[in-house]
Amino acid sequence: MTTNSIKLLKKTGHWAGNIISIFLAMLWSVPVIWALVASFRPANEPISRGDVWFGSTLTLENYQHAWSMAPFGQYYSNTIFVVILILVIQLITIILAGFAFAHYEFKGKRILFFFVLLQMMIPTSALLAPNFSTIRWMGLFDTRLAIAIPYFGSAFGTFLMLQAFRAVPRDLVDAGIIDGCSWWQLIRYVYLPPSIPALIAFGLSSATWHWNEFLWPLIITNSDKSRPLTAGLVRFTQLGEIGAQWSLLSAATLMVIAPLFIVFLIFQKQFIKSFMHSGIK
Amino acid sequence: MANETSKPKKNPLPYLLVFPTVVFVALFTAWPVLLSFYQSFFRQRMNIAKYREPSFIGFGNYIELFEDPYFIEVIKNTLYYIIGTVPISIFLALFFAIMVNRKIRNVGWLRLAFFHPMVLPMVSAATIWLFFFTPNYGLFNSTLRFLGYSGAENWTGNPDLALLAVIIVAVWKNSGYYMIFYLAGIQNLPDDVYEAAALDGATGWQTLWKITFPLLRRTTVFITIIAFIDAFRTIDHIFVLTSGGPSRSSSVLLFTLWQERFENQDIGISAAITIIFVLVLLAFTITNFVMSENKEA
Repeated sequence: MTTNSIKLLKKTGHWAGNIISIFLAMLWSVPVIWALVASFRPANEPISRGDVWFGSTLTLENYQHAWSMAPFGQYYSNTIFVVILILVIQLITIILAGFAFAHYEFKGKRILFFFVLLQMMIPTSALLAPNFSTIRWMGLFDTRLAIAIPYFGSAFGTFLMLQAFRAVPRDLVDAGIIDGCSWWQLIRYVYLPPSIPALIAFGLSSATWHWNEFLWPLIITNSDKSRPLTAGLVRFTQLGEIGAQWSLLSAATLMVIAPLFIVFLIFQKQFIKSFMHSGIK
Repeated sequence: MANETSKPKKNPLPYLLVFPTVVFVALFTAWPVLLSFYQSFFRQRMNIAKYREPSFIGFGNYIELFEDPYFIEVIKNTLYYIIGTVPISIFLALFFAIMVNRKIRNVGWLRLAFFHPMVLPMVSAATIWLFFFTPNYGLFNSTLRFLGYSGAENWTGNPDLALLAVIIVAVWKNSGYYMIFYLAGIQNLPDDVYEAAALDGATGWQTLWKITFPLLRRTTVFITIIAFIDAFRTIDHIFVLTSGGPSRSSSVLLFTLWQERFENQDIGISAAITIIFVLVLLAFTITNFVMSENKEA
């Protein structure tokens, strides 16, 4: 093959790649963009008639209507409460466990570590039936604590912390010990500072995961006082009077998506970095 | 006391530090497996008076499940779902990663387009897709009609298409997520290999085929494990799109587990399904683990 035809081939390949990826990117974006457009469509102009995208004007009435039809404010506070509660407790448990596994040698360490890793092999969602019994037995059914408690220990987080703590130079740790640091001073001043990226990575993926979780909260809640946004949305879509009011549904859907999605748009690079970080093992 | 870092000594501190994590894993991972194992040997249904008290039936629940044509169909659906989501998502993820990794203008938009579904709750995404699948005026069908398709329209209500609809949403949602792992993999590839290849006059395609793909093998194994587990555990969209129907045509293992436990109130059967579920996941992870260890040895 002559160099010219190779160049031509390269260029064609380049352009084909561009065209396909732009096409796929558009395809991938359609759902959210459509929902955004549809949510501003006047309610008296059903989508079944006329243009599937735009109505005659843009209006906020769908948002007001959706907000008044279900206690979305309560759902918001439930979701935020659960996400923060899980995150705070997880950060404590994973830092302590990660530190113990990284810093100490102790009898049964390998067995305990493998035991914790079990949680990564058997996802909690597989165990929803027996966990439901446990929660009932604890008397926590239909509370926000019940949504959060199975996630208080995190094998994934412990693993991430262990990796991060192991990367801390031994000399630094020894210097800390010689200076007479207590164990929690070692964590605070030696191990934690260089591990902040790992913590942020874990925090973002934990918050995303639990903001979006549906099945477990669906099972373990039974009233609006504890129901999070996801379960609330599904309940909302099943309200009899809603039917095929797509613009109303879109507004409700976007209300559920919005807070996390806006945070994601602002910190996009950080999010992507975090997810990349959590993938490298 | 913390000064004893390398000498194993009777120091209670490390045990205290791992205690919270171990307790929660014990309560919500180990104990439920044991409980289900025990319950799976008993007949117990909460909504039938005479079966309210558990009675020992040995392997009765397992036998009943594997003799039930519905359950066999669910197993088949689960396999179809895995075959339909895992390879395509991984292929798309790799393609996306290669496209997004180029140094071209506006590449951030591409990355945003591919990745953003990951951040959405599956139920919200599925609610939007529900409109797309709507007969007559749904966007998906309108587009297909525009492209000349004149086949069945009611995707979520058609037993032949419901599972496909569920698969499409999962592929849309997850491909961008797996892309991130490939991006991480690609960016960790050694530069000198590429420089050598460029010196040897390798074309872009040759480099991709002979260097990038083989070097990404470990990433691919890792993504395959994640995608496989995701395929088992993500069923949120099934609730919104099809409720497992019509006539169970889009029901997968976890959805059936939910139905047996919370609709049929069948403790014994749902415990047996839980155990089958756990065994499949463990077998898969352990096989993968052993295989990757062997290759590195």
